[in-house]
Amino acid sequence: MANLKDLSKLPERLGPGHRLCAGCGASIAVRQVLMGTKDPVVVGASTGCLEVATTIYPFTAWRVPFIHNAFENVAATISGVETAYRALKKQGKIKKEIKFIAFGGDGGTYDIGIQSLSGALERGHKMVYVCYTNEAYMNTGIQRSGATPCGASTTTAPAGKESYGKPQSRKDLTAIVAAHHIPYVAQATISHWKDLITKAQKAFAANGPAFINVLCPCHRGWRYPQENTVEIAKLAVETCFWPLYEVENGKWRITYRPKEKKPITEWIKSQGRFKHLLKEENKPVVEAIQKEIDESWAHLEKLCSL
Amino acid sequence: MAKKILALTGDQAAAFAMKQIEPDVLAAYPITPQTEIVMNYSQYAADGLVRTEMIPVESEHSAMSACVGAVAAGARTMTATSSQGLALMWEILYIASSLRLPIVMPVVNRALSGNINIHCDHSDTMGARDSGWIQVYCENPQEVYESIILAIKIAEDKEILLPVMVCQDGFITSHGVEGVETLEDDKVKEFIGEYKQEFSLLNVDKPLTYGPLDLQDYYFEHKRQQAEAMANAKKKIPGIISKFEPLTNKRYDFIEKYRLDDAEVGILALSSTCGTTKVVVDELRKEGKKVGLLKLRFLRPFPAEEIIQALSKLKAVAVLDRSESFADHGGPVFNEVRSALYELNKKPLMTNYIYGLGGRDVGLSQIKSVFEDLFKIVEKGGPKSLVNYLGVR
Repeated sequence: MANLKDLSKLPERLGPGHRLCAGCGASIAVRQVLMGTKDPVVVGASTGCLEVATTIYPFTAWRVPFIHNAFENVAATISGVETAYRALKKQGKIKKEIKFIAFGGDGGTYDIGIQSLSGALERGHKMVYVCYTNEAYMNTGIQRSGATPCGASTTTAPAGKESYGKPQSRKDLTAIVAAHHIPYVAQATISHWKDLITKAQKAFAANGPAFINVLCPCHRGWRYPQENTVEIAKLAVETCFWPLYEVENGKWRITYRPKEKKPITEWIKSQGRFKHLLKEENKPVVEAIQKEIDESWAHLEKLCSL
Repeated sequence: MAKKILALTGDQAAAFAMKQIEPDVLAAYPITPQTEIVMNYSQYAADGLVRTEMIPVESEHSAMSACVGAVAAGARTMTATSSQGLALMWEILYIASSLRLPIVMPVVNRALSGNINIHCDHSDTMGARDSGWIQVYCENPQEVYESIILAIKIAEDKEILLPVMVCQDGFITSHGVEGVETLEDDKVKEFIGEYKQEFSLLNVDKPLTYGPLDLQDYYFEHKRQQAEAMANAKKKIPGIISKFEPLTNKRYDFIEKYRLDDAEVGILALSSTCGTTKVVVDELRKEGKKVGLLKLRFLRPFPAEEIIQALSKLKAVAVLDRSESFADHGGPVFNEVRSALYELNKKPLMTNYIYGLGGRDVGLSQIKSVFEDLFKIVEKGGPKSLVNYLGVR
């Protein structure tokens, strides 16, 4: 279990001075995840905010070996790095214990990179894949993705006279990954740091692929004051919009239960991307969202009782 | 131990060369007509004959992506593909060469869809000729075998550091059995040496960043360096070939001239069609006709000087393209060769034949008709048309 005093002594692997926005959830997630192991790491990242803002040539914010290949292939790329490690270790050319980690955004993971991810999981590479989801293509300017929740306004599914934003629900990527029956799968967010770092520790310790889906609020895309990032993440958990759970060797477990489940309207009111939903005519949409959240939570409870 | 002659198809010759190279990592996906390469290699691994770690990827896109990761981490890494598979890798081909990763990839040339067709033409690798990879085209399984071994040494040369495609004709070469003279395992190992990645991702004490965002300030310089690497390849390949020569007693230059020195007219072709053309050249020579062949082995780097030198004295040249560029101005090889010859004051007359698309057979009579056309062109002082289609209805 992580404690603040010990964590404060760990070296920062993502250095300051990168160009992510002030109040970006992604860099907080990266730092917390990297606190999950004391072993040396090799980091891969898919194309996205995290990659472009941390590596503008000739600078790099990474104090660990880092590779970016393309948008949809960070899982395959890290699977190559990890296989090279196994090959060279077997030949005695390398002796150190090294951990391998891939960071992909929701675009690079839910959408364009899901095949690469699925293939790498099926092959069983010993790697930790972290999806930092901010629920849209933020790097290109807030376009809808498979992770964008129903009702959110994005630049490719905007709210308008005839539209209440994205009409479809987001896909349940964490469950899709869990269906690969890998040793460790979890859903987490940055406000619950102890929960997230503990999950990262378990992921790094897993004997096989591990996956963590981390909700990373984005004030540019979600339209809230930048200083509220951590509070917004917390609200996602308190409203059960983003349940915190893990699937450890097939056993589902809720890792944090809100004492009092807050209504989804609190979540919707907190962000500009949902503001059109507060109009009278969109009341049925809000009700449908609440219903879906309640049903998802109930389903999760059921899975955890198995 | 004497050299062994084995009966091998082009695919088997490729797999056998790879077995002797014994890369640390092999990431590959099956596609006709490349499949036998992956199948054979997988069996070598399953039987413990190689220590290679296999990555049985879910697509060619992931194959090339995994190769990029594995080489960056310091492993000698190979893959193989064909056609649609190469097309799916496209995006990452450019990244592999830009990151200067010496991946060697046998490519079994096959037509691109649509419509879907599994047989030979060169549209797959011709489309990839500007991806920054070195490209070698092989006439037969013997050349496939030797070129793959040679390619390792070229790719990994510190002043080159570029990936290499070793191309062979789908089915015609890949599935045709020929006697292949093979080298002893230790001779191959000794020639290629051990792979040492100077900039390994696994060197955790000296962290570095691969694949950063590279904008207006530096991208152009990096492309210029890449162009320089290809120029270095041009300079250094003959020396590498010279080191290989004592092992094989063969000289693999950028081009191969066949009865060309005193020829009046000639054909320039790639890969297996060169074998067919050599037979026709021999037949016509018996009739006293001065014909010859220029086989282009390397398309990248493009051996312009060698081509100019070889073709300068000819009266007429026909360039055979086994792919269509849809420019309405001839195929890719024709345009590059013709452009190179612009330097000459006295240029040979030139014409282009698009042929053999989708595996359409090209026989002796067709090649003979091209030579006959060339003599007519000489007689009339020019071709009837710049671009011709050989063997199409």
